[in-house]
Amino acid sequence: MAKKITLSREFLKGLWDENPVLRMLLGLCPALAVTNSGINGLSMGLAVIFTLVMSSAIISLARNIIPNEVRIPTFIIVIATFVTIADKMLAAYFPDISKALGPFVPLIVVNCIILGRQEAFSSKNSVGRAVIDAFGMSIGFTITLTILGSFRELFGVGTIFAVQIMPDSFEPLMVMVLQPGAFLTLGLMIGIGNWLNARRAK
Amino acid sequence: MVNIFIIFLSAVIVNNYVLVNFLGICPFIGVSKKISPAVSMGMATTFVMTLTSAVSWLINKYILEGLNLQFLQTVSFILVIASLVQLVEMFVKKISKPLYDALGIFLPLITTNCAILGVALFLVLKEYNFIESIIFGFSAGVGFTLAIVIMAGIREELELADVPEYFKGAAITMIVAGCLALAFMGFSGLI
Repeated sequence: MAKKITLSREFLKGLWDENPVLRMLLGLCPALAVTNSGINGLSMGLAVIFTLVMSSAIISLARNIIPNEVRIPTFIIVIATFVTIADKMLAAYFPDISKALGPFVPLIVVNCIILGRQEAFSSKNSVGRAVIDAFGMSIGFTITLTILGSFRELFGVGTIFAVQIMPDSFEPLMVMVLQPGAFLTLGLMIGIGNWLNARRAK
Repeated sequence: MVNIFIIFLSAVIVNNYVLVNFLGICPFIGVSKKISPAVSMGMATTFVMTLTSAVSWLINKYILEGLNLQFLQTVSFILVIASLVQLVEMFVKKISKPLYDALGIFLPLITTNCAILGVALFLVLKEYNFIESIIFGFSAGVGFTLAIVIMAGIREELELADVPEYFKGAAITMIVAGCLALAFMGFSGLI
């Protein structure tokens, strides 16, 4: 290993410095598509936590026996297996959420965050570090999605997690829960993220 | 014939893959800085998408449904895509080195382009027949190319615009994409 980083750094970097959505612009498709409400964002995040942590652990364990030439297909098969598990579990226990997320649960397979972490981290580091890194990244992802979803829900419907926040006189901005709202909100969040980062650096 | 035209129009404009269904956002943001790589990315994606839809339709119909193994859909589709991308990569490297360099990391990343797996999953969901599936895959690719080329055109102009410092790069791209999505919403109801 090139340089030793403490375990807590490994965890925290996913939350902000290398936040997958806001700083690295990975996994944008689910981040935009399912965040029309806070609860959808949160459940998508939880599915990603499960998949990323499990596949990081397995791939890190097997990192010395996977031949370099076929590593990408191997990673994808491992990831696809866990995504199928998550998909079927959601469909069995939370049919409503599974319906709302639609094909975006199987699409976690091609979420760049997951494959990216395997390629950049799990295949080179020990199991403990890989799992901590996976937790940090996926929790950073979940928090971002939940904030994005809640914000759109607040202005689009006037509620957060289906709890009424805005007064009755509030006229909902339908566009926020439709497609353009997703792009606009994420654009604003990335901009604000840049601004906070620049302020912290000073 | 009419049916095929409707599938084409719907996938290219009304349900544009990028701006309405949010599939393929990563390359849409990543490769849309200049027009010419955007066109090549669009063409590579269209090619892989058309092949994928044909192959995954056959696999789904004759292997997975025949053996009642639909739960293996995700795994088998992604395998098909990964091998097709590998094929396209070798092909591009052989015929055009500059194109290969221009596409760079994004060519292997077509594998993880959700638009491609999305096409395979959607055509099963929509129960298209073989011909319809191929048309659907091709038009989804055309829709993707349309969106990414429009975006690249705007971003080339945006270089000269006076954007607030913290919104430069990804943030303003997102906001522009939001405006584009707003424009594309005007097409809903066309079909």
